Amino acid sequence: MKILVAVKRVIDYNVKVRVKADHSDVDLTNVKMAINPFCEIAVEEAVRLKEKGMADEIVVVSLGDDACQEQLRTALALGADRGILVQTEQPPGSLAAAKLLKAIIDEEQPGLVLLGKQAIDSDNGQTGQMLAALAGLPQGTYASEVTVDAGKVNVTREVDGGLQTVSLDLPAIVTTDLRLNEPRYAALPNIMKAKRKPIAIKTPADLGVTVSSTLTTLKVEPPAQRQAGIKVASVDELIEKLQHEAKVI
Amino acid sequence: MAILVVADHDNSTLAAKTLNTVAAASAIGGEVHLLVAGHQCDSVAQQARSVAGVTKVLLADNPALENQLAENVSLLVTEQGREYSHILASTSTDARNMMPRVAALLDVDQVSDIIRVESEDTFVRPIYAGNAIATVRSNASVKVITVRSTGFDPVAAEGGNATVETIASDHDAGITRFVSAELAQSDRPELSSAQIIVSGGRGMGNGENFALLYEVADKLGAAVGASRAAVDAGYVANDMQVGQTGKIVAPQLYVAVGISGAIQHLAGMKDSKVIVAINKDEEAPIFQVADYGLVADLFVAVPELKSKLPE
Repeated sequence: MKILVAVKRVIDYNVKVRVKADHSDVDLTNVKMAINPFCEIAVEEAVRLKEKGMADEIVVVSLGDDACQEQLRTALALGADRGILVQTEQPPGSLAAAKLLKAIIDEEQPGLVLLGKQAIDSDNGQTGQMLAALAGLPQGTYASEVTVDAGKVNVTREVDGGLQTVSLDLPAIVTTDLRLNEPRYAALPNIMKAKRKPIAIKTPADLGVTVSSTLTTLKVEPPAQRQAGIKVASVDELIEKLQHEAKVI
Repeated sequence: MAILVVADHDNSTLAAKTLNTVAAASAIGGEVHLLVAGHQCDSVAQQARSVAGVTKVLLADNPALENQLAENVSLLVTEQGREYSHILASTSTDARNMMPRVAALLDVDQVSDIIRVESEDTFVRPIYAGNAIATVRSNASVKVITVRSTGFDPVAAEGGNATVETIASDHDAGITRFVSAELAQSDRPELSSAQIIVSGGRGMGNGENFALLYEVADKLGAAVGASRAAVDAGYVANDMQVGQTGKIVAPQLYVAVGISGAIQHLAGMKDSKVIVAINKDEEAPIFQVADYGLVADLFVAVPELKSKLPE
């Protein structure tokens, strides 16, 4: 079985986000970028499935400018076999991303597609589900456990009340939650090997997709800051304040 | 054109967050119709018809819709939704799972997680885990939107008198099978709708020590939450996680116990009305957002709090 994994280049999760002075967007100049943490978990899961003999090839794809090759190389160092970069000037929106990935699915015919449940920049959480709908495939979102068996994949999902398990016919789309696995660190020899793994470059036109969006961002502002309150000296004072000042108990 | 709201429910009770979603629809303006998709969910339709501001309830009752499988529900919502200006749902895991499928089938972009309505086509939503707030305009023919409950005060559950229309519901994509659900059983209020929440972090030390928080919570009629650190450490189950990747809450009172205040966690609770932090590390970032901070050993302070709280 071939596994396709999508990875997004985003701001490193440790970096403090700053809004541009003109409120047009978040400032990404000279900011450390990385693989979206949920996408990294998707890569790790693919590698584990391959190590268990459930998969024979892992193809990793990213959508965006040339800099995304960095994240593809990271995924190759973690164990993916080859990469595909679909070049776009800006990272595409969720629907356009889903259309591009659908075209890649048509070309590659993977048995399983793994994506992160959301990207930590736009926080949309849409691409996996949109891709599944466009491809007419079943989906297992927010996965905390994935088992492949005889043409099906069983996905345990983190849902509001606890956990839900669904059984999907393959091919299927799975999006990863935090507790699915803990990604490994790439070993130095694997980083060196990854430099020689192939990355194919494509354009949306090659795939017959027009990248567009019905959404316009009008402005981006910093959030309202919450003021620190006071320190209380004792439990008695705390209860007194909650009862008579804040009046919440 | 009217607005279609997809109801959250468990086939017997209408979830409280539906009232917040209806509030967002009312803020956009226009007639509001509520879709109840499920199986043997008549009682939900009856609750839905009395929600203030709802003029029509669409009831789709079919075994294929019982477990809210996105593959099936999205076919129904897409078919119905074409006739509406907006389709709204909450940010429950069911809605977040299903709505992007609807948007893709309608070939429109979705606006996720709105916290404010500026006009019928312009919405405000947090990005970067709430570290930036974006205002976005959509010129999609049908606007597909998920609504963050904490951004909108709920409409009244009573007072409406909508008609109930049973609609065709034979929507089974046949590619997904529900296997099982392992849902936490609790007599305490649900995190997303609780007025008071008591949360524990890594400082709790282990899962057994959460008993201290349950005792305080039961005295306050509160729900119990946890930080990601506590969930990752295996102290408690994932459905208790408050934060960017867990539940976003905004109760009247949030008590953070042994929680340092990572950005991840703050993103999920900083809109609470009153925040209390109990932590022995006075440098902990949680104190920067707390209205009342108590620097103390939680294993002393929490039992004391429990014994001194009024019944």
